[in-house]
Amino acid sequence: MTAIRFRHVTAFAAALALGLASTAADAKPTIKVGFIGPLTGGTSSNGIGGRNSADLAVRLRNADPKAKYTYKLIVLDDQCKPNIGVQAATKLGANKDVIAAATHYCSAVAISTVDVYHKFGLPIIVWGAVLPDITYGNNYKEVHRVNGTMINQNETAAKFMTGLGYKTWAIIHDTTDCGKGHNKYFTKFLTADGGKIVARFGVTSDQQDFTAELTKIKSLHPDVIYFGGLTPIGVRIRAQMEKLGVKAQFECTSGIVSDAFIEGLGKLAEGTLAFREGAPTEKLPGGKHFLAQYKKQGYSDPPEAYGAFAFTAMNLILDTIEAVGPNRKKVDRALNKITAANPVNSIIGKVAFDDHGQNTIAVITKYVVQDGKWTVWKESDYAKGLRKLKGR
Amino acid sequence: MDVGVFGQYVMNGLMLGMMYALVAVGFTLFFGVMDIINFSHGDVVTVGAFTGLATYLGLSRLGITWAPAQVVIVLVVAMLCMAALGALIAKYLVLPLKAAPALNTLLLTLMLGTVLHEAIRLFYSRGANPLRFPSLLPTNAYSFGNFTLRVDIAMVLAAGLVAIVGIHLVINRTKLGLAIRAVAQDEETAKTMGINFTLIVLVTFAISSGLAAFAGILYGLYYSEIDFAMGILLGVIGFSAAIVGGLGNIYGSIIGGFLFAALETVGAVAIPFASAYKDVFAFGVVILIMAWRPTGLIREKISERV
Repeated sequence: MTAIRFRHVTAFAAALALGLASTAADAKPTIKVGFIGPLTGGTSSNGIGGRNSADLAVRLRNADPKAKYTYKLIVLDDQCKPNIGVQAATKLGANKDVIAAATHYCSAVAISTVDVYHKFGLPIIVWGAVLPDITYGNNYKEVHRVNGTMINQNETAAKFMTGLGYKTWAIIHDTTDCGKGHNKYFTKFLTADGGKIVARFGVTSDQQDFTAELTKIKSLHPDVIYFGGLTPIGVRIRAQMEKLGVKAQFECTSGIVSDAFIEGLGKLAEGTLAFREGAPTEKLPGGKHFLAQYKKQGYSDPPEAYGAFAFTAMNLILDTIEAVGPNRKKVDRALNKITAANPVNSIIGKVAFDDHGQNTIAVITKYVVQDGKWTVWKESDYAKGLRKLKGR
Repeated sequence: MDVGVFGQYVMNGLMLGMMYALVAVGFTLFFGVMDIINFSHGDVVTVGAFTGLATYLGLSRLGITWAPAQVVIVLVVAMLCMAALGALIAKYLVLPLKAAPALNTLLLTLMLGTVLHEAIRLFYSRGANPLRFPSLLPTNAYSFGNFTLRVDIAMVLAAGLVAIVGIHLVINRTKLGLAIRAVAQDEETAKTMGINFTLIVLVTFAISSGLAAFAGILYGLYYSEIDFAMGILLGVIGFSAAIVGGLGNIYGSIIGGFLFAALETVGAVAIPFASAYKDVFAFGVVILIMAWRPTGLIREKISERV
């Protein structure tokens, strides 16, 4: 009997010691932060790259002995679908343990979730969606964005293309808010720069056959086909242009700047143009550091075009929580104090929000696909005159 | 309108119609022999296309790079695999539910379809992205004004038409076809005549699913791209085409397929600004046709059945 009791006591003591030891190591309170992006579906490569980048920010912070808290990242999938996105946003918003979140790559999703964040008072930083209305269409103090809007990229795109001497365009855009926005802003800047639009097609974002639209476009002989939308239909349109012998130059938006676009097309991707706000990751002020750390973690997928923005968004959230404590209201107030007068440094350069929570990013990078890689225009063979775009 | 442009529209419409017809024929065959709607059919097309792609990748790894051999092996493997899948679906999911209300089978196949395409999305390597389908056919192009004819597209179209004619011959000119028609007309009498009902059902499912794989490969060759969700809309359209043509009638489903493609092409081209609504237009016309002829354009000969 005594032997048994003794054994019990030892076991108890051991458990107690273990418990104490683990509390000692875990003395920091655990704080939850969120991430939402498209982890499945046609744009999942961008979503997974963003998720890994946000995860990297959390891992680096947790490894930092100076951090006051231990962070746990809650990752949710919006599938690039507004209804799923609203569910995910509600889940994060309703969970009071989540202090802030980096959210959304797809504009159509981001625009439909901002109301949810406002209702729940959850401060968020958009890391990839480019529709202006996400920040400018409301006065929600909870909504911020580190990447730029589609206004600037379309302005640059129109100026650049008319500068190359192209005269006529056919526009294909998807009928989500994102595609409609691209159509609106590109049209506005293009007509201002003297370009002529000969045809315009709104298409659904799951359409598979574009031969009817492309045949019509072919008969109108535009110099350029502008596509406002995301990777999956971008791939289809480019592939079907080839089948129909459409010779126009293919021009796209930031929505197709992904490795998946090139993988989906192979050699056909060559010469496709796209425009994206911000410098390429490796050219960002902290880009080299980011890529090196990313590689060290051994993620199986690349960070993709918006990884650096997702990292910045999450890092900004963590910095703010460290500074003001794990409280939604305080974090939100602190984020809104990051203004032009009081900017913060990040791997993408200085971040400063205007009164709509929009970071101002002046640089737009022009890309062209060369030998299966998104190449910065300036450094490409096309700019040097060694290769030619269609019709030039 | 320019003759070349018109020719191109006709060509596009024929390609689309051929694809729809191949899928619609499957729906009709299922309905014919079993009186069921098999909603997983569109997703069998997808699985067939992905099986073809996987076979191609396997062949490349084995060092077989001669395109004609690749096409044949890809087609044969994909069609055999899908025929087997079809027979399995019939044996383990459809036949056991024979006595249950038809709605149960409909629901079951609908869920099976979801399982199939979600499985591709989750388990196929990078299955959530659009995947490039290799060009296995010659890509020479001939231009006549605004009309461009690519050899590969002409071959795909010809192959599809051969398949449709082939299925017609099998159904109408062979003993197997006779048995299928007999089962479709009257199961009980067919049984008393010594026709093995279960076998005929399995064979019909195998044929339809093999055709679906064929359609999937043609889709890949035509569009040079496949993705996990491609079968969903294809299934809905194939089903509508079968209904419009007259469910249970093979010619009806073929006509329905081409009609639907024609409507979509007209919708995208003739109605200005309305490209996004071409499906709405096509389905709208289908609704009108259904109101006009509730049993479809070509009626199934069902008088005996009553």
